[in-house]
Amino acid sequence: MADFFTNTGLGIGLLVTGQVLLILLPLLLCLAFLMYADRKIWAAVQMRRGPNVVGVFGLLQSFADLLKYVVKEVVIPAGADRAVFLLAPMVSLVMALVAWAVIPFNDGWVLSDINVAILYVFAISSLEVYGVIMGGWASNSKYPFLGSLRSAAQMISYEVSIGLIIIGVIISTGSMNFSAIVAAQEGAGGIFNWYFLPHFPMLILFFISALAETNRPPFDLPEAESELVAGYQVEYSSTPFLLFMIGELVAVVLMCALVSLLFLGGWLSPIPFLPDGFLWMFLKMLLVFFMFSMVKAITPRYRYDQLMRLGWKVFLPFSLFWVVFVAFAAKFEWFWGIYARWPVGG
Amino acid sequence: MTVFSFYLFAICVITGGLLTVVSRNPVHSVLWLILAFLSSAGLFVLLGAEFVAMLLIIVYVGAVAVLFLFVVMMLDVDFAELKAEMAKYMPLALLIGLVILMQFVMAFGAWETNDAAEGLRAQVTDPNTFNTEALGLILYDQYFLLFQLAGLILLVAMIGAIVLTLRHRADVKRQDVVAQMMRDPAKAMELRDVKSGQGL
Repeated sequence: MADFFTNTGLGIGLLVTGQVLLILLPLLLCLAFLMYADRKIWAAVQMRRGPNVVGVFGLLQSFADLLKYVVKEVVIPAGADRAVFLLAPMVSLVMALVAWAVIPFNDGWVLSDINVAILYVFAISSLEVYGVIMGGWASNSKYPFLGSLRSAAQMISYEVSIGLIIIGVIISTGSMNFSAIVAAQEGAGGIFNWYFLPHFPMLILFFISALAETNRPPFDLPEAESELVAGYQVEYSSTPFLLFMIGELVAVVLMCALVSLLFLGGWLSPIPFLPDGFLWMFLKMLLVFFMFSMVKAITPRYRYDQLMRLGWKVFLPFSLFWVVFVAFAAKFEWFWGIYARWPVGG
Repeated sequence: MTVFSFYLFAICVITGGLLTVVSRNPVHSVLWLILAFLSSAGLFVLLGAEFVAMLLIIVYVGAVAVLFLFVVMMLDVDFAELKAEMAKYMPLALLIGLVILMQFVMAFGAWETNDAAEGLRAQVTDPNTFNTEALGLILYDQYFLLFQLAGLILLVAMIGAIVLTLRHRADVKRQDVVAQMMRDPAKAMELRDVKSGQGL
């Protein structure tokens, strides 16, 4: 039996399909409740009740929403480019989902353990912008078009600083594999061995850039409802809109996973004598997601020129300086060698 | 499996490239171009050059093609006029294409590899190092100065582009960020007691 799954083409295909489903189904199920959590946290900050009608405490709200979106009619504007219009939400969702192929949830719990994993995630997350641009352009309407132009400029600006921040972590680890990055954060100190201490300024920069990269408030200018109605989503209805929404949320959860893996030690336990495991990874992702929701609830939207200034004049120089600093600190083992975690002889 | 993937990616590259040239709508052209880029990244992965594949996606698809789209979407192009223009230059284009084709045929027809060169090519680096490490060793150790020179050329090009496009317009209202951050409520607003029927 084991032979069938490792040697024959059909067996390998079935095995990989099974693994993919094993990641995607729990992910999408979690997503339904995360969407609910997002709304509940938002409501709590504004002293409202939030969704509380469908199911106990409104727990089934997301499923009711899902049903509502699916049974509605798909409206395609007359002047729209049909093919691109329908392709856009699919691109948005698929790009958000394929990045999960290289994300490990526990030691060895990863679909594809490649040695350029972090570059792969970076590459895929830079493709997510196409859903927005294509959707905005294909709608053939003013507001969506403005939204997609904004999104293109915004994504390019913040990708640069995300890339530089990632380079800092790669220099410290000496590898681009997520398992190696997490293994480099392991040590007797538990929580004090994680990268968030030596790379502390970058944790904040990465978090803010992630907000901008996923179009979350306060950087949700592509869909700013006070200026652009709903930006690139204006002409979308029904299932295509749902796909956009899920794609956006999956990208947010992916950023949560990245923050936990790069800076918060992934599946490592914060207290040295407790066992490591999937649960820690899950809790860390929830913590970061809570931060995402809180930021959405308490910050006002940025002005567009402020957004561009922050990206190019503050984040880019600072993260570039940080790369140079980390390179020196790692090479000459400053600060008791906390920046140089590569295996001896590397 | 590898053979199947190769033909899949190869067909996608050729179809994408062809439709980039043929399609009428410039935005569709760029989208087909992106398909061609992505498929060639797939071909690189099949060759075992995963680092180059990722860089191809990050640089070309993630940044360059977005800027292409950005520009092309904003162009207001009259397609009929464009086609007429194209037809005018067709003989010249055909001539250039023919010359390039001849050059390729002559160059590759007389291509002969020295055995010593083949030997050198076969063992550039230790087979146990990963591609990324091997590239790093070559770029930053062996060809360090050339690499720096390439960076310098890019820097000059960047400064040139900025100098060409930068202009300060006096009639634009500019935001002074520091001044905005230093404002405090006492200076920013004023409370007046308005008597009824009189106004300010």
